[in-house]
Amino acid sequence: MTGLTHLQRLEAESIHILREVVAEAERPVMLYSVGKDSAVMLHLARKAFFPARPPFPLLHVDTTWKFRAMYALRDRAAAAAGMDLIVHRNPDATAQGINPFDHGSRHTDLWKTEGLKQALNAGRFDAAFGGARRDEEKSRAKERIFSFRSASHGWDPKAQRPELWRLFNARHAPGESIRVFPLSNWTELDIWQYILAEGIEIVPLYLAAPRPTVERDGTILMVDDDRFRLRPGEQPVERSIRFRTLGCYPLTGAVESEAASLEAVIQEMLLTTSSERQGRAIDHDQAASMEKKKREGYF
Amino acid sequence: MTAYQPDPLVAQDIRAYLNGHSAKSMLRFITCGSVDDGKSTLIGRLLHDTRAVFADQLDALASDSKRIGTQGDALDFALLVDGLAAEREQGITIDVAYRFFSTERRKFIVADTPGHEQYTRNMVTGASTADAAVILIDARKGVLTQTRRHSRLVQLVGIRHVVLAVNKMDLVGHDQRRFDAIVEDYRAFAGSIGIAEVTAVPVSGLTGANIVAGGDDAMPWYAGRTLLEQLEAIPVDLDRAEARPFRMPVQWVNRPDLDFRGFAGLVTAGEVRPGDAVRVLPSGRTSTVSRIVALDGDRPFARAGESTLLVLADEVDCSRGDVIAAAADPAAIAAALSATLVWLSDAALVPGRSYLMKLGTQTVAATVKAPRHVVNVDTGEEVSALTLALNDIGAVDIQADRALVFEPYGQGADLGGFILIDRTTNATVAAGMIDRALRQASNVHWQAGDITREAHALQKGQTPRVLWFTGLSGAGKSTIANLVEKRLHAMGRHSFLLDGDNIRHGLNRDLGFSDADRAENIRRIGEVARLMTDAGLIVLTAFISPFRAERDMVRAMLPVGEFVEIFVDTPLGEAERRDVKGLYAKARAGEIPDFTGVSSPYEPPTNPELRIDTTNESAEQAAERIVEHVLGVWTYEL
Repeated sequence: MTGLTHLQRLEAESIHILREVVAEAERPVMLYSVGKDSAVMLHLARKAFFPARPPFPLLHVDTTWKFRAMYALRDRAAAAAGMDLIVHRNPDATAQGINPFDHGSRHTDLWKTEGLKQALNAGRFDAAFGGARRDEEKSRAKERIFSFRSASHGWDPKAQRPELWRLFNARHAPGESIRVFPLSNWTELDIWQYILAEGIEIVPLYLAAPRPTVERDGTILMVDDDRFRLRPGEQPVERSIRFRTLGCYPLTGAVESEAASLEAVIQEMLLTTSSERQGRAIDHDQAASMEKKKREGYF
Repeated sequence: MTAYQPDPLVAQDIRAYLNGHSAKSMLRFITCGSVDDGKSTLIGRLLHDTRAVFADQLDALASDSKRIGTQGDALDFALLVDGLAAEREQGITIDVAYRFFSTERRKFIVADTPGHEQYTRNMVTGASTADAAVILIDARKGVLTQTRRHSRLVQLVGIRHVVLAVNKMDLVGHDQRRFDAIVEDYRAFAGSIGIAEVTAVPVSGLTGANIVAGGDDAMPWYAGRTLLEQLEAIPVDLDRAEARPFRMPVQWVNRPDLDFRGFAGLVTAGEVRPGDAVRVLPSGRTSTVSRIVALDGDRPFARAGESTLLVLADEVDCSRGDVIAAAADPAAIAAALSATLVWLSDAALVPGRSYLMKLGTQTVAATVKAPRHVVNVDTGEEVSALTLALNDIGAVDIQADRALVFEPYGQGADLGGFILIDRTTNATVAAGMIDRALRQASNVHWQAGDITREAHALQKGQTPRVLWFTGLSGAGKSTIANLVEKRLHAMGRHSFLLDGDNIRHGLNRDLGFSDADRAENIRRIGEVARLMTDAGLIVLTAFISPFRAERDMVRAMLPVGEFVEIFVDTPLGEAERRDVKGLYAKARAGEIPDFTGVSSPYEPPTNPELRIDTTNESAEQAAERIVEHVLGVWTYEL
């Protein structure tokens, strides 16, 4: 008896979840953020439904402030999977010129939280796959794999359903929807090992390279295009950096690193001493910020 | 005390390390015990000492420990896993949290179930996916009622391996005799309830002794495995499943074009290879596996735990809910089952009500009889009960509306564990474990007569229907139904009216007006109505039928479109004003208990086919409209 490895078991569980949703939901959609978790989730979807194409579209809730390298990979990955790609940009945020430099947390609220609700309503999607993992943050440890949302996308902790064995209850009333997290039981290290084992294409920003940067309030930011507003006296400096997580470039902190290959990244991970959410400005606001965001409809 | 360190090979040669560690296994376990036993501290220790905690989290831990910790200036590991204060205030930590750590040999998923009130519900949920349980005992207190409760639940869910962590050894002077006495006590109890494999480790969450690192100076008498080493050594359940006969519940039929038809599912037991003979259940048709298809090329086999895609050699009927099994050793089939239910919902079981039952990929309608008994989880005692409330565990008989492919829970959770879903709220209300098939039904196969329902209907020149009138007492249901039937009769249609007079005095005279009896009343009427539609008739029923769940149950019994729900909508005030039979007056006087609208609820239809507003429309007008609606549909279909 050889037994399945932990990656084989995680893969099997995720594929099982993807197929259950397709079998039971009416209009599923996959949220695709172009990050490494999305890359793994898309790869699993291709495996789950091969030789058919995954029977749902990809949805990118765009903020217009992602790294340029992310936009490049996004369109290529969707085409390679033969899937429809829906790109949604909140027209209100566009009209108001919302940006991460002037608008602080309103940037996330309008582009991401509101934008997501708009896109889900417009597509009348009743199930949306997301790449969140339980190991990302303390408050996510008890998140269900199937997370129920009211017709207004609210999350009521008391309305969540117990999940036993491999049985998921996907039933919902018209207007209600489910967010489904097929990667719930993966850790950051699992994701990296799987990307390596399966040869999954990821945004090159995850690997270290010399890039133009500024250091601001202890965070290293990359100057990805000329919209970046330099403060008086700031001068972009070339540093060898990589990212552990990718979002809007002016809000995403880099780590200084020489790890230019996947193996080297995993090596740093195994020896490293800081968690990946440290690079995300959103969590620093308050201890329970994820909980609060979730109630409001953030993924 | 040295914490766990990564393999030196990580730093020296990462490629060699990754090659050597591609075959890590995975173990899921649950921790049982309360905060008082030091559970959070123990889990925090495991995470910390296996380096699953990063430096920034450690910084936060250090400052939190100083601010709100209970360990003075030392790190309070419990803070790593305890919920946020805000959540605790809102009472939403009554839940299961999953945490992750890994060693060089294994990845671990810990199901942590805090909270006392919802203990059964949370523990059963967390334990359902676990290979092992770590049961904590405070060395000062020994085996408590709580320990026995946790152990019974662990046994109920079928966990085979228990690791007894005798914690706070530092507080009993690291006394070996104390440890031995507790272990002996526990083993005797565990043996008596059927837990076979128990290993015990003396630990201290506070000092970390024997959790990750062993060889503790204070306990030189203990030379066994540390808690972590023990967790690394426990066999994974999945490996046992591989030795059983092949099973794969079909999740989804993969049909990208006319040339390809594959069956997607997760192999729950055994192994399958191209050329293997398989049987599709419940139909029993046999075929041979021709291919096992995957994105990176066809595979030579698929085994328990893998998600796969099978192509069969023959064009057999097979869809979601069917189970593909080893031809020579298929799973059992039955519609009536004996099971243990754990009730998970605030709304108690209504015996006789139709729930949805999900077992593997099968979803069917099922009714539950009143429990044979419930089990007191503290004492193991069996006591009688009329229903099951939140956190109750009971032995029940279940009747599904069609044959289910199943296996006793002891042979595997995938075809033996199920959930019940409330049809109205869609909530998951119970978890069940199948014990066995009930004898009456195990060999009954549906007898398909030669004269089909279509033939019956064709002979009468009509499409069968059930015109289901629902509404308050005195709303006018029987009056209108009578008029409708007269018109249908005059038009040469074949019909029959079921109402209180011919049902309550005969078929259902044994039933009263409790919620359970009302549910059973409607179930029987539904069954009779269905048989009559099989005979080709148009059936009219006139019953209050106050509960949505029961009306939906009848709807689900019939082919789509044959159930016509007619809501005779008379406001309570109006029905009470008319009070044709003087019943409201009696109910208000307290002479009739459980009277709908007065002392028992009425759930109006949310989306009826027809709504009759009797304050706006005469009975004759309503009857005309109903006949028109029904005939209109007929004309279209015929």
